[in-house]
Amino acid sequence: MTDPPRIGVYVCDCGFNILGTVDVPEVVRYAATLEGVVAAREYKFMCSDPGQELIKKDVRELGLNRIVVASCSPWLHERTFRKTTADAGLNPFLFHMVNIREGVSWVTADKAAATEKAKALIRGGVRRVALQEPLEVRHEPVNPDVLVLGGGIAGIHAALTLANAGKKVILVEREPSIGGNMARFDKTFPTLDCSSCILTPKMTAVKDHPNITLYTHSEVVQVDGYVGNFEVTVERKPRYVREDLCNGCLECIEACVYRDRRFANAFDLGLAKRKPIYVPFPQSVPLKPVIDSHDCLYLKLGKCKQTCVDACPRDAIDLTMTPQRLTVQVGTIIVATGFKTFDARRKPQYGYGVLPNVVTALEAERLLSPTGPTEGVPRLKDGSVPQSVGIIHCVGSRDTNTNAYCSKVCCMYSLKLAHLVKERTGAEVYNFYIDMRTPGKGYEEFYKKLLEEGAHLIRGRVAEVTNAPLSKGERGKIVIRVEDTLAGFVRRIPVDMVVLSVGMEPQADAPEVRRMLTLSCGSEGFFTELHPKLAPVSTATDGIFIAGACQGPKDIPDSVAQAGAAAAEALALIDRGSVEVQPYAAVVEESLCSGCQMCLGLCPYGAIEFDREKKVARITEVKCKGCGVCVVGCPSAAIDQRHFRTKVLLEEIAGVLA
Amino acid sequence: MEALRTVKYEEELDPGFAIEVAALPGGEHLWDCIQCGTCSATCPVSLYMDRTPRQIIGLVRAGFRDEVLRSRSIWICTSCYACTVECPARVPITDVMFALKRLAMEDDRYHRSLIPRIEKAFVRMVNANGRLTESRMGMKIALQTRLAGSASLLRVAWRLFRRGRLRPFHTERMRHPKALQTVLRAVKAGPKAREGAV
Amino acid sequence: MSGEYLYYPGCSLKGAGAPYEQSLLAVFEKLGLRLVEIEDWNCCGATAYLSVDADTAVALAARNLALAERTEGQDIVAPCSGCFLSLTKAKRSMEASPELRARVTSALRQTSLAYRGTARIRHPLEVLMTDLGPAEIRKRVVRPLKNLRLAPYYGCAILRPFEEVDDAHTPTILEELLRTTAATPVDYPYKSRCCGGMLTSGVPGIGLRLVEILLDAALEAKADALVTTCPLCQYNLEVFQDRLGKARLPIVYFTQVLGLALGLSEKSAGLDRLLWRLPLAPEVPA
Repeated sequence: MTDPPRIGVYVCDCGFNILGTVDVPEVVRYAATLEGVVAAREYKFMCSDPGQELIKKDVRELGLNRIVVASCSPWLHERTFRKTTADAGLNPFLFHMVNIREGVSWVTADKAAATEKAKALIRGGVRRVALQEPLEVRHEPVNPDVLVLGGGIAGIHAALTLANAGKKVILVEREPSIGGNMARFDKTFPTLDCSSCILTPKMTAVKDHPNITLYTHSEVVQVDGYVGNFEVTVERKPRYVREDLCNGCLECIEACVYRDRRFANAFDLGLAKRKPIYVPFPQSVPLKPVIDSHDCLYLKLGKCKQTCVDACPRDAIDLTMTPQRLTVQVGTIIVATGFKTFDARRKPQYGYGVLPNVVTALEAERLLSPTGPTEGVPRLKDGSVPQSVGIIHCVGSRDTNTNAYCSKVCCMYSLKLAHLVKERTGAEVYNFYIDMRTPGKGYEEFYKKLLEEGAHLIRGRVAEVTNAPLSKGERGKIVIRVEDTLAGFVRRIPVDMVVLSVGMEPQADAPEVRRMLTLSCGSEGFFTELHPKLAPVSTATDGIFIAGACQGPKDIPDSVAQAGAAAAEALALIDRGSVEVQPYAAVVEESLCSGCQMCLGLCPYGAIEFDREKKVARITEVKCKGCGVCVVGCPSAAIDQRHFRTKVLLEEIAGVLA
Repeated sequence: MEALRTVKYEEELDPGFAIEVAALPGGEHLWDCIQCGTCSATCPVSLYMDRTPRQIIGLVRAGFRDEVLRSRSIWICTSCYACTVECPARVPITDVMFALKRLAMEDDRYHRSLIPRIEKAFVRMVNANGRLTESRMGMKIALQTRLAGSASLLRVAWRLFRRGRLRPFHTERMRHPKALQTVLRAVKAGPKAREGAV
Repeated sequence: MSGEYLYYPGCSLKGAGAPYEQSLLAVFEKLGLRLVEIEDWNCCGATAYLSVDADTAVALAARNLALAERTEGQDIVAPCSGCFLSLTKAKRSMEASPELRARVTSALRQTSLAYRGTARIRHPLEVLMTDLGPAEIRKRVVRPLKNLRLAPYYGCAILRPFEEVDDAHTPTILEELLRTTAATPVDYPYKSRCCGGMLTSGVPGIGLRLVEILLDAALEAKADALVTTCPLCQYNLEVFQDRLGKARLPIVYFTQVLGLALGLSEKSAGLDRLLWRLPLAPEVPA
């Protein structure tokens, strides 16, 4: 821009946030003295309508061609004021924002120091803005197709929402069936709805929806690209059954050379057995068998009569299948990879895996489920029905030795299990808790219900589960030693069976998934949302959203809500049709480039390539995120970054230090 | 029937008590206690205590100085460290118990029993000789309790004597106890370390 | 690893724990390891001193560490688990508090002792299983203790709170040692439950009950003897059996068991100095 700069400086009081510490009138007076400044003003809330109107008025009446606003963090309002600038008729990149709140008034009580610092920063900002150039935001089209990673309740809900909105969804699930952990539960709290009854219609809807392409027994192995234009590689693990031919008659399972079931079924957590060819559970979607290559005689040893192949009326069994890779193009990705439970063997005090009849809550769900190994009535190892059951809350949670966080759902599901166990067996039920956490809708009522049903709710964290008796009544029982903190006594309570309410944890391969998608995670390993309050399903990676338990422990209503939210965020992007790409890309000045290729390795986004003919580095603008590393790293100073030109930054620094 | 009133007024409590106790290493975790009761449930002797370990921590935090320092609990603790290992909040309960014993003895209003007497006698013996003569200590204890004269005890003492494990006329002593006494005196003379030992 | 160690006996090993010292020295000699008693050591303070005065208790223990540091590169072997823990706590206290360390160090300097914080405190059970190892020990066994059912008793100090010798919840090191002698370690629920410590003297109503729980469990598991790693545990579990009216259960030190297996006579292993004799099969030719 060749016109001499005519700069407007607007200093915001931000109510008392800035005015309370910075002498704003003095700062304004000072700003007016700076070179190029035509107007300097103070206003209570610059981001408000009248505040913005001030700017527009000055542009109209005073012919301003540069704007500086000194107020809060650009994170909050840079976008706002760029729009104001554009509305006023100027290029939005002729605006600069100076932060005198988070960096000045909010970090000191010293008024004199704050005022001086504000002045210095504005001085730097004014000198910077004078050198800024007009730039254009680029728009890239957004591919309307969506990838949903994970077929649990969150993934299913997100997929259906998007499919119903007319978008094509690719749903990838690594187990042979969708349904996730919810398919394992018996009943859900607080309504005691049968889990399968509310889940299976949604599973069927997924199967039948013309807009959803379902890849089960498959995993995403690579993700390339950027928001609006992702290229995803899906690996389809061999099912050894042709999904397009199989009609779900399940004759093959009946015909398998293994007469009885002898391999642990993962869906039942090893409590029930299956044959090498199996469907995980009766309501599986797709209802097509899968063959486990570690268990199948033919796949393991190459020797088998292959009775399954003969039995299949459609010739759908193909034992020569191999893993297949395919690539899909999508514009957005929703990650709904769910959770796993805390490994109760990490608490040897509770006897899991050592004492018989100590089970985890998820195993208890299988024991209570009508399709489970005991047909809905929990039984002890010897087949008898327990007369007393202890349910221990907070296993692995709220403990600096294992997981420090509270897993949110365990109190509710422990109360639910107490109710169901009592209902099915008539047993005396004891719940041992630290605090009773039942905050959701209808949850307090559920707690009351359990109190009225006569469950023994004992406030005390269990120290030990042992089968060593110290009194006659304890012989043959499992004894729980606990301090009943409300009654004020240490108690020993003998029970027949113990249920460990284990907490939720991220999946074991969450770190790999994270790296593949460039997501962050918190110290517990759950994926991090962009903002804990205001952006709970977005991530720092544009175009990738998270939903459900992979973001943190939560119950089904919250998982579904997040899935819907993620779908909405994706839809917003898709229906907008394009994404704004900020013009911050770095550019190589080819005449200065020596071809050393140092920048290639420095770029975290793989945005730089080497042109072998011209022997210079070239930056792919769409991939460049404007981080500036290559600018700094280039030994020839051949790279410069738009809107952050070295010359401009040096001028800003000089201004601050002047 | 006697009227037993147990309300506690704020002015009777000592808010500085918790801060004093929390000064020991790891003591800042005292504030993290969620009163879960795992310590009491794991402690092999909590069932004999007038206040369980969890209660002691809660009372310390609230400033119930008297109740804590006069309790029997602190003397019953055998410092087996089971509670410390199990605590999910890293409260150094056993070390708190040691600190409470020290504070109780400084305060002088503690529950009188054999344990503090044994501990003080131990310290005196070690200060004088540099080492403990077990048999002599044992005899001191026996004389002070009903164990004295018990036939079973005398039988055991005789059998230990016969096996060279009890030497009533031998004093276990350093060659140069002064070498130790000088050190102990020097430590005592200095100002109390702000962060004390465990 | 020179096979040479500094030996810190502690007051108990010179008193009721004499059989522990006897068997420890004999076993180390048999295995070609050298133990040299620290010159003019003093009491570690145990739990009693710490209950009365904290800083002095640390200095008390620290003097022994400073004495040990005069011999470079040799670890301290502290057979009494109580001493082992006491010395370890003192070292860690000084690591955590530079102020405390400075005071103790300056006090030690009054007697020309320097404290550098390099002394390593180890328990003989861990020393044998780490520096020698089970395979090597097994090679040296000349009298396999077949058919001997032994209940391993860890006590608290070597496991808690620092887990320096083994995992606090599922320790196995003592069982592994017993297996090298061909004895059968017996499983029972109270391998590291408190033996009562000072309570057997101070509040017998509590202490004796703790002892009883352990004895009952070992007897129910049909153990021929209970194996300990600490003289106070050994004393507590041994001397009150008559008073409790229990069937006699020999309470032996792990060094005595190992000594027998390595070829020591019962007398050399100090087994005749216990109150209850270990039931041994007739001598198996070596």
